[in-house]
Amino acid sequence: MSIAHASLSGEALALLGREQASRFLPWLTVCLGITLLLTGASLVVGTSDVHTSITWLMSPDAMSDTVLWHIRLPRAVGAWLAGALLGLGGAIAQSLFRNPLADPYLLGSASGAALGVTVSLLAVDASLSGFAWVGGVGVTAAAFIGACGAIALTVALSRGVLETASLLLAGIVVAFVLSAVTSLLLLRSPDTWRTMQTFLLGNTGFLDWRGAALLGAVLLCCFVPAIALSRGLDALMLGEDTAASLGLSLPGLRLMLLVLLSLATATTVGQVGLVGFVGLVAPHLVRQTLHVSQRQLLVAAPVCGGALLQAADLISRWAIQPAELPVGVVTACLGGCYLVLLLWRRTRNA
Amino acid sequence: MPEAGRTLDQPLPFATPGISCRDLSVAFGSRRVLDRVSLELAPGRWTAIVGPNGCGKSTLLRTMAGLVVPQAGSLELHGRPLQAWPRRERARRLAWLAQNTLASDLSAYECVALGRFAHIGWLGQAGPADVAAIRRAMAATGSLPWGGRRLSSLSGGERQRVSLARVLAAEASVLLLDEPTTHLDPPHQEDIARILRRQAWECGTTVLSAIHDLSLALMADRLIVLGVGAVVGHGTVREALAQNWLSVAFGTPVSIISHDGAFLWRPRLEAQAEIRRQSG
Repeated sequence: MSIAHASLSGEALALLGREQASRFLPWLTVCLGITLLLTGASLVVGTSDVHTSITWLMSPDAMSDTVLWHIRLPRAVGAWLAGALLGLGGAIAQSLFRNPLADPYLLGSASGAALGVTVSLLAVDASLSGFAWVGGVGVTAAAFIGACGAIALTVALSRGVLETASLLLAGIVVAFVLSAVTSLLLLRSPDTWRTMQTFLLGNTGFLDWRGAALLGAVLLCCFVPAIALSRGLDALMLGEDTAASLGLSLPGLRLMLLVLLSLATATTVGQVGLVGFVGLVAPHLVRQTLHVSQRQLLVAAPVCGGALLQAADLISRWAIQPAELPVGVVTACLGGCYLVLLLWRRTRNA
Repeated sequence: MPEAGRTLDQPLPFATPGISCRDLSVAFGSRRVLDRVSLELAPGRWTAIVGPNGCGKSTLLRTMAGLVVPQAGSLELHGRPLQAWPRRERARRLAWLAQNTLASDLSAYECVALGRFAHIGWLGQAGPADVAAIRRAMAATGSLPWGGRRLSSLSGGERQRVSLARVLAAEASVLLLDEPTTHLDPPHQEDIARILRRQAWECGTTVLSAIHDLSLALMADRLIVLGVGAVVGHGTVREALAQNWLSVAFGTPVSIISHDGAFLWRPRLEAQAEIRRQSG
């Protein structure tokens, strides 16, 4: 319960605008229903045709068991969880930076992850003795470490978390410099570039139950503290000075939100690569359809992001069957279309 | 209301001021905004800060609210150094209103409820006392009818009243208000002035507000007249007028007329009729 909803008389509840409270739950139910439908569809869409898949579902054997329950289902569940983490990260980033254009990769985590993967791939290829351990940790861990390292560098460059503007600027600097380093490394070893691209474009194909479990655990670890901090996010909506005057510790709040944001982004990047636009669009989509408090946004954005990435994953498998599109390309197309639509609607209204 | 026989020109019988500062200096980079400002503000008084644009009114309020760290000088809230107060303890005693309220998706009620953050905390529930405080503050500012509306859908004046309700809901003993009457139409400006006066006189709150409108500022119990970066004078309205602080602070003659016991600022522009009469 937020402060506003707690122990109010009937009269006060009427003031609160019943519309706001009454539309949230149906919206959530519809979104979760879509998720269930998409999960069902994910089970029957794949390299085999739909007919075969349905037969598998009806009369299971060892083969169908492997394909349906150990390849397709973890992929669908994992895609939802990754999308949910991106949605949550996007909601946190947009509230923290009080900017509707903020996305989870804002603090250089994307470039950091790309550099981490490049270095790990190069280490495997070149068998550099000094870097052998880097190759040993695997691509997902390398991406995670790279993303965390980049965010740490951003925070260090902005000399802590005292100012939001300097954090943003430091994030831009880190992103550019790390991208330049990555490009330089790739120039020296063109073979790595292809493997690297598979990762950069985002890919849900590598998700297994272990990955899904990890994403689920991290989602829980980020979601619960984020909800606990939602009152602070509400206060931030009134401006940083006002929030500070209310008795909040801004540096503390910022630091905790940054940790949650980094954990969510780095884990997602490690599991599915750089999937763009979901983190940006999910909170937008929620705010377009509902007028929500920060707490409701923190619940709705992950649910929306999960459904979005699941849908994108489904399209990526179905569009050019039996081949697959990288899921990042699909999300970029969908997200781009949505933003253009938003832009047109806005200019028309203006 | 003040008890009979006591006039507002006399000091109040309270031992410690609500908030005070001594030799306060604030600089942004090489630009010194406040230079050795010393003030003591008694409880139960509404004090208005007036002065020309850029003289440091907002900076003084922000520094007193603990949002700007001064280069030199000391600040005390209820006789204890401002920095020594734990954050939330301080927020329960001192509330600050920004010059502009940002539009957001929060509902007016949620915004006012945030004024109780220092009482409720991160995870606590709003108790009956909190809800009562919120309702009282919203009723006082006339913002109850839009409780469910989003801040972004309110007009500037409506939003300003919601923000004032947020500050009142904190039930702090010191209120620092930066232009609480901006965006408001004259009758509502008067309402706000009445609220501030009542808050000071009836609740014993220390109210300090920067106010642009000179006539409205002259309704306050006391005036702080700021020149550029320094206090020209701090005293009752009568003292301010007798010693001509306003003209000194603004660097130009300021004409104040008295009407029915109230002081009004009169623009020195000649009335149109007068101009026509002279030219005709």
